[in-house]
Amino acid sequence: MSTLDLLVNGKRHRVESWDPAQPLLYVLRNDLQLPGAKFGCGEGHCGSCTVLIDDRPARACQVSVSAAAGKRITTIEGLGSPGQPHPVQAAFVAEQAAQCGYCTSGMVMSAVALLRATPRPTREQAKAALDGNLCRCGSHDRVLRAVQRAAGSTTERG
Amino acid sequence: MNPPVPPQSPSRRDFLQGAALVVAFSFTGLPIARAQPVGGVSTHTLDLGELDAFLAVRKDGSVVVYSGKVDLGTGHRIAMRQMVAEELSMTADDVYRIELIEGDTALTPNQGPTAGSSGVMRGGVQLRQAAATAREALLALAAARLQRPAVELTLDGGLIGPTSGGPKVSIAELAGDRAFNVKLNPKAPLKDPLRYSIVGRSLPRPDIPAKATGRHVFVHDFRLPNMLYGRVVRPAAVGARLIEVDEASIKHIPDARVMRIGNFLGVVAENEWAAVRAASELKARWSAGTGLVGHEGVIDWARRGPFAGDEVLLNKGNTAVLANPDGRALRATYSWPVQSHASMGPSCAVADVQDDRATIWSASQATHRYQPALAQALGLPRDKVRVIYLDGAGCYGMNGHDDAAADAALLSKAAGRPVRVQWMRADELGWDPKGPPQLIELRAALDDGNRISAWEAEMWVPQATAKLAHVPLLGPADAGIAQPAGQAVGLISQNADPSYPVANVKIVAHWLADAPLRPSNIRAPGKVANCFAVESFVDQLAAAARMDALEFRLRDLADPRGAEVLKRCAALIGWTQRPSPTTSKGSTRGKARGRGIAYIHYKHNETYVAVAMEVEVDRSSGAIRVLQVGCAHDCGLMINPDAVRNQVEGNLLQTLSRTLYERTTFDTQRVTSVDWRSYPILRFSDVPALRIDLIQRFDQPPLGAGEAASTPVPAALANAVFDATGARLFEVPFAPDRVRAAMQAVA
Repeated sequence: MSTLDLLVNGKRHRVESWDPAQPLLYVLRNDLQLPGAKFGCGEGHCGSCTVLIDDRPARACQVSVSAAAGKRITTIEGLGSPGQPHPVQAAFVAEQAAQCGYCTSGMVMSAVALLRATPRPTREQAKAALDGNLCRCGSHDRVLRAVQRAAGSTTERG
Repeated sequence: MNPPVPPQSPSRRDFLQGAALVVAFSFTGLPIARAQPVGGVSTHTLDLGELDAFLAVRKDGSVVVYSGKVDLGTGHRIAMRQMVAEELSMTADDVYRIELIEGDTALTPNQGPTAGSSGVMRGGVQLRQAAATAREALLALAAARLQRPAVELTLDGGLIGPTSGGPKVSIAELAGDRAFNVKLNPKAPLKDPLRYSIVGRSLPRPDIPAKATGRHVFVHDFRLPNMLYGRVVRPAAVGARLIEVDEASIKHIPDARVMRIGNFLGVVAENEWAAVRAASELKARWSAGTGLVGHEGVIDWARRGPFAGDEVLLNKGNTAVLANPDGRALRATYSWPVQSHASMGPSCAVADVQDDRATIWSASQATHRYQPALAQALGLPRDKVRVIYLDGAGCYGMNGHDDAAADAALLSKAAGRPVRVQWMRADELGWDPKGPPQLIELRAALDDGNRISAWEAEMWVPQATAKLAHVPLLGPADAGIAQPAGQAVGLISQNADPSYPVANVKIVAHWLADAPLRPSNIRAPGKVANCFAVESFVDQLAAAARMDALEFRLRDLADPRGAEVLKRCAALIGWTQRPSPTTSKGSTRGKARGRGIAYIHYKHNETYVAVAMEVEVDRSSGAIRVLQVGCAHDCGLMINPDAVRNQVEGNLLQTLSRTLYERTTFDTQRVTSVDWRSYPILRFSDVPALRIDLIQRFDQPPLGAGEAASTPVPAALANAVFDATGARLFEVPFAPDRVRAAMQAVA
């Protein structure tokens, strides 16, 4: 059993993991009660579990809890809430950019990472940045519209 | 046919104002895992003939709606509320105060499974009638209270008073926390659509703020105290028997236990990762499987049988001309592969099984339908098993959710504690019941005027999907527990005749006794493949007649709603009239562009849809790029146009995915397409421009929007490829090597 310090959404958590190779995703969802990141494939193929680690998008199913220790982890819950959504989350709501919503957390996280690196992405740049996030319902066009909408609002906010 | 102008047409302003309301709502509006009905569970009626089964008023004047149909990510949560709120003359704000309880076998009436695009057109319409009955009942109560005839009273914003003015009484005072005790009145008058102020508006969905912020509770996120995490170890081959388990092989994993019932094998652990590792590291010996035909053998198998029997589905006029064609006859064979629902989240369920009762949280489309199967698996009376719907990942038919529910139930019973089971990715793509393969042969003749004079369709299709035979749940089957029959899985033989008038038609189904892999319903069951065949073949006939594909379709189409979607759809992509193909056949270099169109009148009595698209084909690689897709859609009265648009977009993109990429592969033992590399689906880089034209009809009943727009997509795509290259595609998916081979065949 190893004891690890995780910095998640600005809060420090001491967690115990019987297996240092345990993927961060399970610790977030079950130990820290942050179930926003979803298990989709466990193989890094679908993007449903995307979080930010040191501001870069990462697949929480592919990062071990020991490798994540000491790094800044941001989950969807750390961005905003229904009452005070992050501009990207507000844009997803305004564009009604979800159907079942299972992939949505990962989409939002990838979109946030894109807009930090490229504040005014073209539609093609947005497609390229989100290409590793799969959606089965076919909400893609709305997600792209949400990214464009958020690009406007995040820029206005500076 | 001009629809009346609604008093308040959907606007951007509505949308944004509504969004603010949703935010306030969602603080308290998360799914209720243990909802309490007005009056308590034990006295709550589920009788479809009783108003109380559908609707109640709380003491604070808010309304509770009990819906047997559920929201599978499709927007029913807003549409159902709008339909009820309209009949009760509620304000737009109050729409979000309606408490909607969905798919709970103890609380909601059995309105049938949420399938076949029936949510709004059947379930919603029932709720609307319940609301109209409630309005009638409330007016009667108010009449007694106010000593005025009911006809002189008006219900508005939760208050009832004389239309001419005077003292009012609230619905909370009249019916708060009390049963109505009145029968559902199928003739209770409905509001005049010209006076609609809530139905027809794009009010935002109540679930999206929570989904965009990670707060929405999926069954995957639901936890109970003292709960164990479970994983199932499925057999090494389909039908394999479990010979031996080496329990010591997982000794190194803390608190992991093996659970075995016959050939059903699972593990439970205190920690989820421990369960995942235990399932993957457990050593078990399995017999060989019972044998599969393999994906390459499906078409031969379909021709060979064994068959359960033949059925003449339609026989009108005389198709004898096809036996002795005079040179104006065509024939073609189309096929559709086995496909997975390919849900983003592997199936999941939570079960709490106790000695004398059980509660199961499931993302099932059909909680009522699976209640007996789950009860039988647990050896409990049906009324002691409560199945509660919680959202899962989109399923588009019966995916693995019901199997996962049975898995969780069996493991919880064996472990004596609540258990949450989540499948892994390979379980989902490998073991979800599959969309069945279809083989369709078409024959038709043109008369001297280039009209279709006769049409024959023969289809080879698995019986299980049409005769509502039993689809066994995996867990109980492996555990050797008998299961009840009668789980419906879709009507796959519809729309094999064209949606245009043809005098002489014969449709025959050769029902196969079995299926290559366990089949179930998948979005627009059967009709995606049938429309692919029919509308591709219509295109072949148009080309044989050297006529424009749109003109050929419109010429005899008497139904004005059908003609309208075709014309409006063509306009969306700037259709220019000319025969296909556009280019010289046989060129092997460069890129070729073309456009195609297809149309369906869904089930011949539901939604009208036309889809047109423009594609670019790389002649050297055979790769298809879809540039733009147009879709005109008439599903009658749209309760919420933006929710319909969301569904239409999803239908278009998902079916492009199914047509371009998807085929479940399997050998003689097991499914081999078990990850997103071997079962690829559409990605952002594939997304074309979407141009959608929704037709609102306030004078028509609401029809389904969850499936119909899927069906013309494959043929529109195939027809566009034909227009670009002269090559006809008969087999899905349209993989580059197949496109290349088709181009070489016409070179």
